[in-house]
Parts: sequence; structure tokens; C-alpha cells
Amino acid sequence: QEAAKYEKKVMVLDFVMPTPLGNSWGLGGTCVNVGCIPKKLMHQAALLGQALQDSRKFGWQFAEEVKHNWMTMTESIQNYIGSLNWGYRVALREKKVTYENAYGEFVGPHTIKATNKRGVEKLYTAERFLIATGERPRYLGIPGDKEYCLSSDDLFSLPYCPGKTLVIGASYVALECAGFLAGLGLDVTVMVRSILLRGFDQDIANKIGEYMEEHGISFIREFVPIKIEEGTPGRLKVTAKSTKGNQIIAGEYNTVLLAIGKRDACTRNIGLDKVGVKINEKTGKIPVNDEEQTNVPYIYAIGDILQDKLELTPVAIQAGRLLVQRLYAGATRKCDYVNVPTTVFTPLEYGACGYSEEAAVEKFGEENIEVYHSHFWPLEWTVPSRDNNKCYAKIICNIQDNERVIGFHVLGPNAGEVTQGFAAAMKCGLTKEQLDSTIGIHPVCAE
Amino acid sequence: MAALWWRRLPGLRGAVRGLSGKKEYDLLVVGGGSGGLACAKEAAQFGRKVAVLDYVEPSPQGTKWGLGGTCVNVGCIPKKLMHQAALLGSAVRDAQHYGWNIAQPVHHTWSVMAQAVQNYVKSLNWGHRVQLQDKKVKYFNMKGSFSDPYTVCGLTKGGKETIVTAENIVIATGGRPKYPTHIAGALEYGITSDDLFWLKESPGKTLVVGASFSLECAGFLTGIGLDATVMMRSIALRGFDQQMASLVTEHMESYGTKFLKRCLPTKVEKLESNRLQVTWKNTELGTEETDSFDTVMWAVGRAPDTETLNLETAGVKTNSETGKIVVDASEATSVPHIYAIGDITEGRPELTPTAIAAGRLLARRLFGQSSELMDYDNVPTTVFTPLEYGCVGLSEEAAVQCYGSDNIEVYHAYYKPLEFTVAERDATQCYMKMVCLRESEQRILGLHFIGPNAGEVIQGFALGIKCGATYPQLMKTIGIHPTCAEEVTKLHITKRSGLDATVTGC
Repeated sequence: QEAAKYEKKVMVLDFVMPTPLGNSWGLGGTCVNVGCIPKKLMHQAALLGQALQDSRKFGWQFAEEVKHNWMTMTESIQNYIGSLNWGYRVALREKKVTYENAYGEFVGPHTIKATNKRGVEKLYTAERFLIATGERPRYLGIPGDKEYCLSSDDLFSLPYCPGKTLVIGASYVALECAGFLAGLGLDVTVMVRSILLRGFDQDIANKIGEYMEEHGISFIREFVPIKIEEGTPGRLKVTAKSTKGNQIIAGEYNTVLLAIGKRDACTRNIGLDKVGVKINEKTGKIPVNDEEQTNVPYIYAIGDILQDKLELTPVAIQAGRLLVQRLYAGATRKCDYVNVPTTVFTPLEYGACGYSEEAAVEKFGEENIEVYHSHFWPLEWTVPSRDNNKCYAKIICNIQDNERVIGFHVLGPNAGEVTQGFAAAMKCGLTKEQLDSTIGIHPVCAE
Repeated sequence: MAALWWRRLPGLRGAVRGLSGKKEYDLLVVGGGSGGLACAKEAAQFGRKVAVLDYVEPSPQGTKWGLGGTCVNVGCIPKKLMHQAALLGSAVRDAQHYGWNIAQPVHHTWSVMAQAVQNYVKSLNWGHRVQLQDKKVKYFNMKGSFSDPYTVCGLTKGGKETIVTAENIVIATGGRPKYPTHIAGALEYGITSDDLFWLKESPGKTLVVGASFSLECAGFLTGIGLDATVMMRSIALRGFDQQMASLVTEHMESYGTKFLKRCLPTKVEKLESNRLQVTWKNTELGTEETDSFDTVMWAVGRAPDTETLNLETAGVKTNSETGKIVVDASEATSVPHIYAIGDITEGRPELTPTAIAAGRLLARRLFGQSSELMDYDNVPTTVFTPLEYGCVGLSEEAAVQCYGSDNIEVYHAYYKPLEFTVAERDATQCYMKMVCLRESEQRILGLHFIGPNAGEVIQGFALGIKCGATYPQLMKTIGIHPTCAEEVTKLHITKRSGLDATVTGC
């Protein structure tokens, strides 16, 4: 859309390979269809379930029995996603960007072959190419995984309630899904191989896990599944082995959701070898320079497929826009990948920006950092007597650099809304002193 | 016996005390509210001998409360909790769109909410008393008045007197709601915020007179299902950005709150049914109108609580127009060892966090060898109306007045919170704007946000502004997706361009 603003002739090829279970979706990519958007909406549904309970303490009265209907929720969400798919198609048309719902692969220099759903092939040439094909969930490679397991690609459009669910994995996708499924009243178990939320601050990751456990989610730790098969009618039997010994366990569930934290970059079958674009053979990711250029000068890449970059929608959007402005508007600004804030939408939300405590210690040395921390009790949780010692915030400061704030972590409601402004402040070089001299807004969690 | 003798010769005693030098306390704080308690506790940390006097004169309707001041008892805290009750009412409706099956009818019971809120407030009163004890601060539940510059006479409810002397005295007695006493029946039949949060029974059909705090109250009353009307003389949220103020009231109107604009009440009478008949003048139409309500609440401003302090005896000067105590940048009054903080001071924001910060810094300057003064610039705040409004820095009008409209750039956007989509909620007034200087650096002068969780959104940005944030720096910040706050980092349409400022797509 940005390139079209500069009156360039632009084409977009988008194609969704169906999931092993046969699911597909429209224009918009992971975020809109099977990521951020439906995830946040289902998380919201779960939060509203909690709000219903709280509301009684605030004087609201209605029948004791409150049940959740999966189909009503999923239909509403899918309708909204449909409107977004449509909105993108309209926007592309209005901006005169040619759109084809076809699978693209390079066949030679400056030439791409587009194959649509019906197998019809067309060839296109372009001066420049941008690869933004993203990734798809990875399967375990164990018997029964592709036949019986769901991934996040299937969950958000599931036409029946998942029921008793086993979530395999400890990624943010696994924990967010387990979280909202439990919030909707389902029986949820999470099977974790080793640690939670690898790459995130581990102190906070453990607090998140603890909170989930205290709120009805079971965890099976240090086990990996080795087989998935049909169990009693309507159920799946999962057999798992301990990572610490020879113990074998088995359990039955209505649904098994795989979210092991690794995704496969969609780079292997798009003809990159034909044009000489180097990829990391092990991960499939594409290395680029700081201007998002691959080793082939007229081919660029952005988003989840990039090596050593963050897999986040706003990062991809920013990178894309700035790239186009550099190519066609004479701009020089590059995407700033430092201090990118993020939020994990688990039942107790976690917002973060900058270094985790471990990373800060490793980079600067324990004696050179100061960690300020505090538990807090959101005012809205007092009346309904919700946990008074779970919400938590910490900032990590670099003593040698004027106590500059290099890490911000908050665990509590609306963590994303809270974190955003702090990320902006960190971009401005926030120090502890400046933080101390800022007046709080009362009464809110962010203060 | 000694006490009686002192009382007969107050002048002499005062003079003797003043000369003798050794005072009972290092610090005496008069007023146990946000500012006073923060100051006292901070001073105690330095090992000083500190005392706090706190007393609540019952409201005309007879309401009174415990230690903690306005914020805890009749301000921020109960207000936000009742606002939350109203928001939960919306949540119950939203939940149905998200698949939750709730049997109708759904209704709200005031007494359950009020009881829960009042219990929580009482636990805070208790918490404050325990904290003072833990920090070895002496607490007197007494009404203080100056006998001389270093002496305060404390009077209990029962009339018992205690004399307290101190090297340093901090006045933090705050304010109380004003009654429009020129309106017949206002005092006898009306209530104020002092009473609203302590009502045991529902206020029923309520008229709230005023244009600032009244909006928050009328807002939550509407939210819990009551018939609420706001009567305003002229503009809403005076002192705030007026474009934002209009959006706030527009939303409230579509939400169900009734507005009587450009109206002035003339009298309040009690009917046989015990209802209140209010008569008012519609200044726009020139007509006189009338209606009956169960409750009439005055929210027409607050007056500083200085009447019974006997400030003249101590020599403390007040502003002749407002009655507030005049202080300098170090919070000192016209008398060097007497200070004032919080709502009672002239020219300061009437906010809890500024009172607390001022109190703490004062204690550090007095006893902790600090020289840091309070910075009252760019204090963020939030109005907790049904659709919340958070802001920091200059309003657009103030920026134009200060720099000229040619020298400022206003970036703005209408957005829709993701959570509103499935819930089919109206996001017409969800809006934000950033007022920046137009010259090269584009420093941010003010940020205004209307939407859910406005306070949570604005707080971090207030930090950024404290660091001198510029528009380019904010644009370099990556957004968190999906949130409302991320839209701030994506602002790019200027008012000057005249382009449609509606956010589209992901």
C-alpha cells in the first residue's frame, strides 16, 4: 500500500496453503486470520468471563449459571476477520495494487510464476521483489501429529467447542491459548518440555505459569509427547515420555493443540535457489542487511521470515513502510529494532520492553545493573477480592549509564496499554531519575 | 492541671514557647490526606519526631469518615470503584456478544456496591493508621488551629484540647465541596461528593449540578442503571482541551446521560413524596423549567478548608480571591517554617499524586539534605467518565495561545478498540491527538487520548514527555499489537492537512 502511494506499479501475490486438517483463510496474513486478532478477541472473551464474576461483587445481579457458547464467539470473530479480509481487498483495489490469490515462486531472474487454486499458471516480471511470506506452525514429527492435532492455524475457526484440551508447548502461543480456553470454562492441561516462554524474562515467565496453575490450568512438566492416536470414541490418546528418565504417561483429551514455539519459514518452496537468494539452511530464515535487502540486490524481505529479527506484526509493518520510503521517496530512515515492546496476552498479561533481567546481567554484569521492583494490587481487584500479590512490575537500570532504564516488565491487567508509553519513553533515553520525577495518574496500575 | 493553666494564658504561653526554642515535634502535619500522610511518613523515615492531626468535620448531611483524606474516602478511590461497577455493566452486555449466555434480567443493587466500596475504604483508613504506628508517627484525631506560629491547638470531637508545638508545620487540610448557598434549598436538600459515596440507599433519579466532577458521577450513575442528568452553566471540563471535552460529553449523551446545558438552578424544594423539585433558568431560551428528582448533588467546585485554622494568628497569607494558601516553589508559606501542600495551595493542581510528591520532596528537603523542588509541569491526569479521557501537557488551545497556530502541528486519529468490534460498540468518540511544535525537532507539547483505560495509556507517554519526547522519537517506537495505545505511535495525519483521520486496517 505504501509503494502504491508513490505511483509505482505494484502487485501482491497471496496464497494460503491449507493446514493438514484442511483449513484456509483470506487476505491479511497470520496476524489478521490466525494470530494477534482472533487471539486477542478470544482472550477478551475469557476476560469478560472473569468480569462477569467480578461484577457480582460490584452489585450486578443475574442468574448464577453462566455458560459460554464457543460457536457464538467463533462466528462473531470469523465475521470480523472476514470484514478485515474484505477491507484489505478493497484497500488494495482503491490504491490500484494488483492482487492475485496465487502461490508465487521464482523461476528466473526478475521472473515469478503465480499458480492459483485451480492450477492455472501465469508469469510476471518486476524490477524489485519483496518476500514477506511469513511462517507456519511446526509439527512434532511423531505418529499422529498431522492427523489428529490442531495448530493455531485451526483453533480460531474451529466449528465445534474444543472441550477437554491438551496444549503441547510453552511458547507464548501455547500459554495464551491455554489461558483463554481455561477462561472460557474448558478443562485445560499444558505439557511443557522444559522452561516456559523461552527468550522472555524467566522470573516473569514463572510468575505467569504459577498464576495459570493457581487458576485451574494443569501443567505436565518435563514430558514430551511420543504418540497421538484415537482413544475412546471422541477422544484422542496422548502418550508422553519424561525428559528426565523412562517414565511413560498417557492421557485422553477431546483436542490436542500443538504450539511448540517453532514455526517453519515459508521459504523452501518458492524458488529462491533459482535466483540465488541465500537462506539459513537450518532455520529456513533469510538473512538481510539493515535495509532489509537479501544477498540479491533487487530482492528484499521483511517480517517473520527474517533471520535474527522479531516475529511481530508492528515490526513487519514498520519495516515494510520504511523500506518503500527509502526505495521510492528518497528517505533514509531504517527500521529501529532496538527496544521493541511486546505483550503476552496470558490470563495475567505481561508487557515488556528491552532487556530481560538475565540478558541484562549477562551483557552488563550483575554489579552494574539495578533492578527496582514492586508488587501491586489493581484497585479494580480489591472489591472482588482477587489476588493481591500477583501483579508485579520491574525496571532494570544501567548504573554506568546514568541509571538508564534498559528493561521494563509489567505483569498485570492491560499490560499492553501500560507498556506502550514506557517503550516510547525508553526510546527517548529514560533514566530512573526522570521516572521518579514523573507524576503518576491516580488511581491506575501504570502509576 | 497544667493544661488548664496554659489555657487561661494563651498569649503568654505562646510567647514563652516561641522564645524557649525546644518544640515537641520536628514536624507537625495538619491534615491526614494524600499530601499530609506522605510528608509525615517520609519525615519519619529520617528518624524525626512527627505528628499528624486529622479531623473530618461532618458534611451538612452528617457524613463523616476516617483517616486518609479526600482521595481515599470521598474522591479518587470510591469514584474509580463505582466507575468500575459501571464499566462492568457494559462488560456484562459485551460478554453476550462474545458467547456468554446470561439469563435476563440483569440489574444492579446500589447497596451491595456501596457496602463493598465502603468496606474497602475503611480498610484503607485502618491501613493508614497502622502505617503511622509502624513508622512511629503520632496521630491525633483532632481539629487543629494555630495559637501562634509554632503552636497548634487540637480539639477532639468531645471538646478536649491538646497543645502541640513543632519546629516545622505543614498545612495539608485540603478542601471541601462548595454549596451554592444563594440557591434556596441547596444546603438543606442537596448532597455533595462527600455524601454520595457513603449513601446506604440508591440515590435514584439524580440531578448532578456542575461540569467537571459531575461528569464522572453522572457517568457511573447512568452506567449502573440510574436516571442521571447533568446541569451545566456553560462549558464542560473547564481548563481541559475543549475539543476533547465535547467528545466526552457527546459520548455520555449517546450512553444515556441527560444534559441540561446553559441552565442555572434557582431553587430546590421538597415535595410531599419526599422527592426534590428543582427549578432552573434556561439561559439560552430564557425560560424557567422544573423537574423532580430523588437526589440533587452539587459538584460546583471546592473551597479550601482554612476557615477554622486561624491562619491570621500564625501570619500565613492566603489568596484573597480563592482563599487558598500562597506558597513559593519550595512549598513555604509567608511564614518560613510553615509549609502547605495539596489542594489547599494556590496555583497547584488538585491531584493526589502531586500532593504526595510535594509532601515527600518537602520532607526530604527539610530533613534529608535534598534540594530537589517539585516539578508541576506536564502532570498527567485522567477523567474517569464512561469513555475515559487521559491527557498530559498542553491543550490545543493553550498551545495555540502560547506558540501561535502556525508554529504547532496537531496529529490526530479516530480509532476503534479491537474489543469494541465483536461487542458492536460505538467507537465514534474514540480519538487521540498529539500537539507538537512545528519546528525541526517537533517536541511534543501535549497528548490527549479518549478511550478505554485512558490512564494506563497516558502514563508511559507522560514519562516520554518528561524526557523531552519529540514526534520523530515516538514514530520510531514500534507499537504493541493489538492495543489502543499503539495508535499513538502511528499518528501521522495532521489537522492542517484536512485529510480523513480515521485509522484503517491492521
